[in-house]
Amino acid sequence: MSQTPSDEAGSRAPVSQQSMSVPRPSSPDAIGGTVTVNINGRDVKVPLGTTILEAAQQIGVRIPTLCHHPDLCVAGVCRICVVEVEGQRTLQSACAYPVTAPIKVLTHTQKVRQARRHIIDLLLSEHYGECYACGRNNNCELQSLAKEYGVDFFRFGHPEKPKYGIDHSSYSVIRDNNKCILCRRCVRTCIDLQEVGTIEVAGRSSRSYITTFQDKPLGDVVCINCGQCINRCPTGALRANDPTDEVWAAIDDPRKHVVIQTAPSPRAAIGECFGLAPGAPLTFELNTALKMCGFDRVFDTNFTADLTIIEEGTELILRLYKALVGKEPGIALPQFTSCSPGWVKYLEHFYPEYIPNLSSAKSPQQMFGAVIKTYYAQKHGIDPKDIVTVALMPCSAKKFECNRPEMDDSGFKDVDYGLTTRELAKMISEAGLELPKLPKSDFDAPFGTATGSGVIFGATGGVMEAALRTVIELVTGLKVENLFDHADIIPVRGFDGVKYMELTIPQVGPVPDILKHLVPDWNWLKGATLKVAVAHGTANAKKVMEDIKAGGKFSQCHFIEFMGCPGGCIGGGGQPIPTSPEIRMARAKAIYAEDAAYVVRKSHENPDVLTIYKEFLTDGPCGHRSHKLLHTHYTLRGKYIE
Amino acid sequence: MSPLPTFSTMTPEAGLKKALSMGRPDIIEEIRSSGLKGRGGAGFPTGMKWNFAAAARADEKFVICNADEGEPGTFKDRVILQEHADLVFEGMTLAGKAIGAKEGILFLRGEYTYLRPHLDAVLARRREQRLLGRNILGTDLEFEIRIFMGAGAYICGEETALIEALEGFRGEPRNRPPFPVNTGFLGRPSIVNNVETLASAACILQKGAAWWKARGTEKSTGFKLFSVSGDCGKPGVYEFPMGITVAQLLEEVGGEGAKAVQVGGASGQCVPASQFERAIAFEDIPTGGSIIVLGPQRDMLDMLHNFMDFFVDESCGQCTPCRIGNTKLLEGIELLKAGRCSMAYLQELCALGETMQIASKCGLGQSSPSAFLSVVKHFREEIMGRTPSHV
Amino acid sequence: MLMTERERLAGEIQALAEKHGKSRTALIPMVQEIKRRYRRLDGYAMQVIADQLGIHPVEVYSVVSFYAFLGSQAQGKFIIRLCRTISCDMQGKDRVKRQLENDLGISFGQTTPDGKFSLEWANCMGMCDQGPALLVNDKLFTRVTPEKVHEILEECRRSFGVHATEQKEVHLV
Repeated sequence: MSQTPSDEAGSRAPVSQQSMSVPRPSSPDAIGGTVTVNINGRDVKVPLGTTILEAAQQIGVRIPTLCHHPDLCVAGVCRICVVEVEGQRTLQSACAYPVTAPIKVLTHTQKVRQARRHIIDLLLSEHYGECYACGRNNNCELQSLAKEYGVDFFRFGHPEKPKYGIDHSSYSVIRDNNKCILCRRCVRTCIDLQEVGTIEVAGRSSRSYITTFQDKPLGDVVCINCGQCINRCPTGALRANDPTDEVWAAIDDPRKHVVIQTAPSPRAAIGECFGLAPGAPLTFELNTALKMCGFDRVFDTNFTADLTIIEEGTELILRLYKALVGKEPGIALPQFTSCSPGWVKYLEHFYPEYIPNLSSAKSPQQMFGAVIKTYYAQKHGIDPKDIVTVALMPCSAKKFECNRPEMDDSGFKDVDYGLTTRELAKMISEAGLELPKLPKSDFDAPFGTATGSGVIFGATGGVMEAALRTVIELVTGLKVENLFDHADIIPVRGFDGVKYMELTIPQVGPVPDILKHLVPDWNWLKGATLKVAVAHGTANAKKVMEDIKAGGKFSQCHFIEFMGCPGGCIGGGGQPIPTSPEIRMARAKAIYAEDAAYVVRKSHENPDVLTIYKEFLTDGPCGHRSHKLLHTHYTLRGKYIE
Repeated sequence: MSPLPTFSTMTPEAGLKKALSMGRPDIIEEIRSSGLKGRGGAGFPTGMKWNFAAAARADEKFVICNADEGEPGTFKDRVILQEHADLVFEGMTLAGKAIGAKEGILFLRGEYTYLRPHLDAVLARRREQRLLGRNILGTDLEFEIRIFMGAGAYICGEETALIEALEGFRGEPRNRPPFPVNTGFLGRPSIVNNVETLASAACILQKGAAWWKARGTEKSTGFKLFSVSGDCGKPGVYEFPMGITVAQLLEEVGGEGAKAVQVGGASGQCVPASQFERAIAFEDIPTGGSIIVLGPQRDMLDMLHNFMDFFVDESCGQCTPCRIGNTKLLEGIELLKAGRCSMAYLQELCALGETMQIASKCGLGQSSPSAFLSVVKHFREEIMGRTPSHV
Repeated sequence: MLMTERERLAGEIQALAEKHGKSRTALIPMVQEIKRRYRRLDGYAMQVIADQLGIHPVEVYSVVSFYAFLGSQAQGKFIIRLCRTISCDMQGKDRVKRQLENDLGISFGQTTPDGKFSLEWANCMGMCDQGPALLVNDKLFTRVTPEKVHEILEECRRSFGVHATEQKEVHLV
């Protein structure tokens, strides 16, 4: 599982919280490489170094966990997974104990049950808050354990008042230490998985608490708002900044024209909030639900995803042209994608000298906001000050993005609210709707048509694949299917942390009309080898950036897709909780299946996109009008914390 | 007369010189057959520990001397370092030969910074005398020792927490297995031994395993240093054979008439007068050397309060049973002092203590309830239904 | 050319990192040394240290906040640590505590307004047979009584005069 950087050397977590260094043989059949564990009287043969927890999972024996998480390195701190190992006086934590010899394990003896019950009672004795007034009601691991162990009174008491203040300083992530059980998943996520390093444990003993550098407000430190910590928090200690009250108020206000754009990743995952298994998209049922909730229009973010491809693809072509033909010095290559606001803030903090490499194109969400309050408003005679734009995103960083001061090119706040998958699921429940059972309905015109290219933005490698489909066809004149079966560009797909691909342009065709005013011909690309890369999760982004700084292989790339979240947007900080590699894989599969089912699968073939260039962005991609509405600039933040 | 008679009669470097002429397995065998067990409190067989480390394959190995003496009532390592630092460094050096390590680290607790000039001087002298560095005493043995200062954390006495501190992390004990002998400092095989253990090892190499075994008991061979304090006429460091009874010890230190003796510090056992015939040894009441004598006027709940305050302050805080459990036990003591603890709740706290003893991640949480449980067991009349005086 | 305090500090931290090795194992020795020279560890220093060792600033903060001797609060010129564990407690540490608080006019956990003295608790210092024990910075005092408290404080005040100017110079480069 190369998704987790903790598997590799140089893990950032302290050794007290790392996985074992017992070497694991690659195949269970390697001679001497297996061992038999006896769990509750049943034997299971496992590779040496397997933990008791993993061995138990293989034979369907359930051992409860709290600090353990499939994406993260081992901690072994909550102690709820303790089991009896024959011959040992103390209980052992199943998640952290590597089996290297045949052992006998008992998972539910009296001592174990008492220990687990005590641990739950101890956590509850410091856990301030009531379940019915908490956003994680019915989806909280502490609550589930309390139920599983039949907790019906507070053996060691329950706090009457909160001990900590709540940190509301961030647009995206809210921290409430009163509910924290110190499992440290958030710390392992931020330091080890994402390598951003915003939060850690401070203090000692019962004075331990999770905090930022010098306890500064989250909004003042290097938090990139990716929300991966929220996704992995077992309780309500971390949550996203929830605007549903304001969204309802806008819907209830008859003077407001409330427009929502929905992105592919929430659509692929929202079913999980309604009890469905991961990977069942409810795109068209969702349109019905949204209309029934009272949204005036439902648009498909894929429309602006396609628009982003045209703009960003053109920008790349122009950079290449200036560098290769014009021989202009200082053209920033490789070009980095800029649709992931978590990634953008990461670069602004940690590699601000590479801001010129970021594409100036806005994210699809922000392009949409600008387009709605100008083109759409004009076309339909609506006063833009009465339009409220809501974006359904899998992302917590989008809440920060829509509040960036420069995001007002329409003359108004382009996107008013970023709404996460979880928050919308809540709104739909409040409206008494059972989403999976609703009939399907279409998106609204004029932004209802999408292509498969737009859909795949949600998975890591998707933006790259969409861009390549368009660039290949516009430059070579060939159909992508000639080079890649079914136009599926497999080398950029999948969950490897960093992917790399080279593509030699076999031939060139005529320059399409839409770009004719920018380049005279494609001859300068004939035979050229396009080098591209894809990275997801900021730990992998860091690897690529360090390589670029050192003048390595990636500095020779032309175009790199960066996503802030592991897995890409389907793993975003606003997606249903819990998350795991299997869940993300199922969501990605759904997205690629949706793409395959589309008839039109290339951004430049989207008729609505071609219309908007004809009617509105008349000076073409990267032209003056596009620049004003669809492109942006960035902020040099640096990593120093005042 | 020196409080450390046996150490004082050792011939300097005789143990090291012997070890230099022995093969590595033979050195380990000498220690193993002596039956020497760790002198810091845990009592792990030293020969076994060295054997594991010697057998491990790695490019680098480490000998670490645990001088983070922090157990309440323990001060014998301080005296050993003040009077016999050479013996400790000798022990480290021959341990280095035994396991195949070239580097030794003395982890000295921050509170002992005033010992630093003395220890630095001893190390400098040893280097001049070719007892440290390359080609020790003309052989091909290479060994160097450096000192790392602790920063005020009792938990760093736990060997994996100590290694975490060396690596620049919070002093939070690690998951075990794997153990330091396989995966220690910087992931390399490391032995972490108490000051007294290493000094004793040097003695054993010099005089032989049989000499060591002549004292003590079958499972607790040799002699032990004890730091005695509290309500006794002659507090200080004493050398006794393992197996001495509490009553015999009290006679030696002028502590007759004691109400109770806390053996093993705050994480040890509270032995009431009715049990003073018990032996101090790994077979019966183990200890790292701390002996605190409690006179008849002492309030056992006050003592317990002091210990629990200590643990609540010093717990590293990573695991639930210790972090919150110790707090609950402390609150229970405050309730008892205020005369407001029901028997039912006291029983809950005792059950909690039992859970902590088996579910905590490291020795601190596993032993912090011991004092609580033994006071509740042996001094129940004294602690129930009190008139509140002060909390 | 005037070198600012920050530049000087950054230079010293870099030199320390080079001396101890630019990896995480150098963290605690470096922090100890900076505290020894400057008596406190501010946000700037922690970030420079983090940068030199290739770790995040919050990780430095996390480690520093764990250890009793590394806390980053500004502390007095003389940090007095009184042992509160059982043997010193039994030998009368409470009376010493009260006298210290009386003589300095502060409670434990505080620093005197003139920045000279801080009062902190410590746990067992290994002087159990000669208690009550206290440390003034690294210097140990045993068998402390309320009367001796006054002498100890006076000795500190006398020695302060000698070192008064040490930390306040501006270095000319």
